[in-house]
Amino acid sequence: MSVLLIAEHNNKEVKPFTLNAITAASQMDTDVHVLLIGNNCGDVAKALSEMSAVKKVLHAEAAHYENYLAENFAPLVVKVSENYSHIVSSANTFGKNLMPRIAAHLDISQVSDITKVISSDTFIRPIYAGNAFATVKSIDKKKCITIRPTSFEPCETSGGSAPIEKMEATEEFTLSKFIKREEVKSDRPELGTARIVISGGRGMQNGENFKLIADIADKLNAAIGASRAAVDAGYISNEHQVGQTGKVVVPDLYIAVGISGAIQHLAGMKESKIIVAINKDGEAPIFSVADYGLEADLFEALPQFLEELNKLNSIQK
Amino acid sequence: MKILVAVKRVIDYNVQVRVKEDGTGVVTDNVKMSSNPPDDNAIEEAVKIKEAGKATEIIAITVGEEKSQETVRKALAVGADRGILIKTEGTVEPLAVAKALQKIVDKEKPDLVFMGKQAIDDDCNQTGQMLSALLNWPQATFASKIEIKDKILEVTREIDEGLETIEVNLPAIVTCDLRLNEPRYASLPNIMKAKKKPIEIFTAADLGVDITPRVQQIKVEEPPKRKAGIKVASVAELVSKLKNEAKVI
Repeated sequence: MSVLLIAEHNNKEVKPFTLNAITAASQMDTDVHVLLIGNNCGDVAKALSEMSAVKKVLHAEAAHYENYLAENFAPLVVKVSENYSHIVSSANTFGKNLMPRIAAHLDISQVSDITKVISSDTFIRPIYAGNAFATVKSIDKKKCITIRPTSFEPCETSGGSAPIEKMEATEEFTLSKFIKREEVKSDRPELGTARIVISGGRGMQNGENFKLIADIADKLNAAIGASRAAVDAGYISNEHQVGQTGKVVVPDLYIAVGISGAIQHLAGMKESKIIVAINKDGEAPIFSVADYGLEADLFEALPQFLEELNKLNSIQK
Repeated sequence: MKILVAVKRVIDYNVQVRVKEDGTGVVTDNVKMSSNPPDDNAIEEAVKIKEAGKATEIIAITVGEEKSQETVRKALAVGADRGILIKTEGTVEPLAVAKALQKIVDKEKPDLVFMGKQAIDDDCNQTGQMLSALLNWPQATFASKIEIKDKILEVTREIDEGLETIEVNLPAIVTCDLRLNEPRYASLPNIMKAKKKPIEIFTAADLGVDITPRVQQIKVEEPPKRKAGIKVASVAELVSKLKNEAKVI
């Protein structure tokens, strides 16, 4: 049997986490077919067909597929699912919203947010905000799986020439309607895939002070993150939140500024390669996961940090 | 309008969860239990809607062991009118919870079902979406703002890229984000009053729902420990370590 991977895209480009999901899918079975559901997304179909791990692209178009409503996507996935042993997507807000709707239609108990594929039916997934890892075996005939993107490498985007098969669209679900999407455009790297992330917490005291973080982010070509406390307080918008109910990041370098280190925040960043904590409270739990801790007032430390970076001859990009 | 709110009893969010030595799960003996935090937002939103005169009744429901009644009582103390406990033993997967909730929805015919977007114990994030599928209702997940416009609900959803707004016709399922509102605390008089509110009890068998797990838990392990780091004395030392020792900048 083959694996059906549901592509996330914006009708123009493949979203980066689809690449991680393809890698995870190919560890369940090498015959990976990608289902592309969208509107005027021929370029996406072509891009997917060129990925070496992709053996076939199934492509369905309709105006009501434009905005990825789960109510419109799920019936098509269910229709296509018959010949597949696994249905896979990434465990970001796209897959989290969609996959359970598919699983329930198929009467399958979903396995969410896996970090490792042990075999075609056995997986590892974090529970309790990553304070424990469960090895689980699905005994359903078909598996519905969402994968934690940061736990799998992105697949190759070239080297393949998979056939593209057109699919007929399913009917529109008329009880739900997309109204608008407010995406925050930024020239900085995406939080989920950035090599360096610098995050601020409640210690930043207000939104303007995030300028101190932004200056360093610009210098390091880093993404900006935040704790839930900072988002709740309105210092910064929700898409920056790192943690159990926000984004999980695994950068080479994570710099936590004015973040105490609640369990829920650690859940989103403690797998980072190098962690730096800057906090004036030497007892803050964030120091227990930090490779380098600096006990200091962030309002003094951040300008100095920028100054020291400016002195360097070169900075890795 | 009638609102059904699903809540779950979980290990308190402040507890540092520990894995059992035999790898069969996490330690729950003598551990503080609470309501799942985003479920508190779900109850709060329902109560706010009722206070605004747009709802007539709120039913709080949970699926779990006998003690889960505590979580229903808490919802009653905050403003739910009556409770339902679907009594179960052991692990109940989201699909089974959704099936049990479906039976109650069929019976009670609510216009809206609220619940938290995710339980902080199994971190599955499935039940609301599954219930919507079983009922073939609209789903508004990860809601951070809700506006009722007659028979339509306008919902702002928190997504990876920012915010999304959708409109769903009622009846509908809404899964709540922690930013939807600020849950209130129950006052002592209301906690006392809640003790008199009725809680109806069913078993899964009463409802004709098979809750046998389909995902076997083979073992539970501690996450790999990070090795202890160091404290640096100055920003200059920090930058030098990052450049020359960790080689990340």
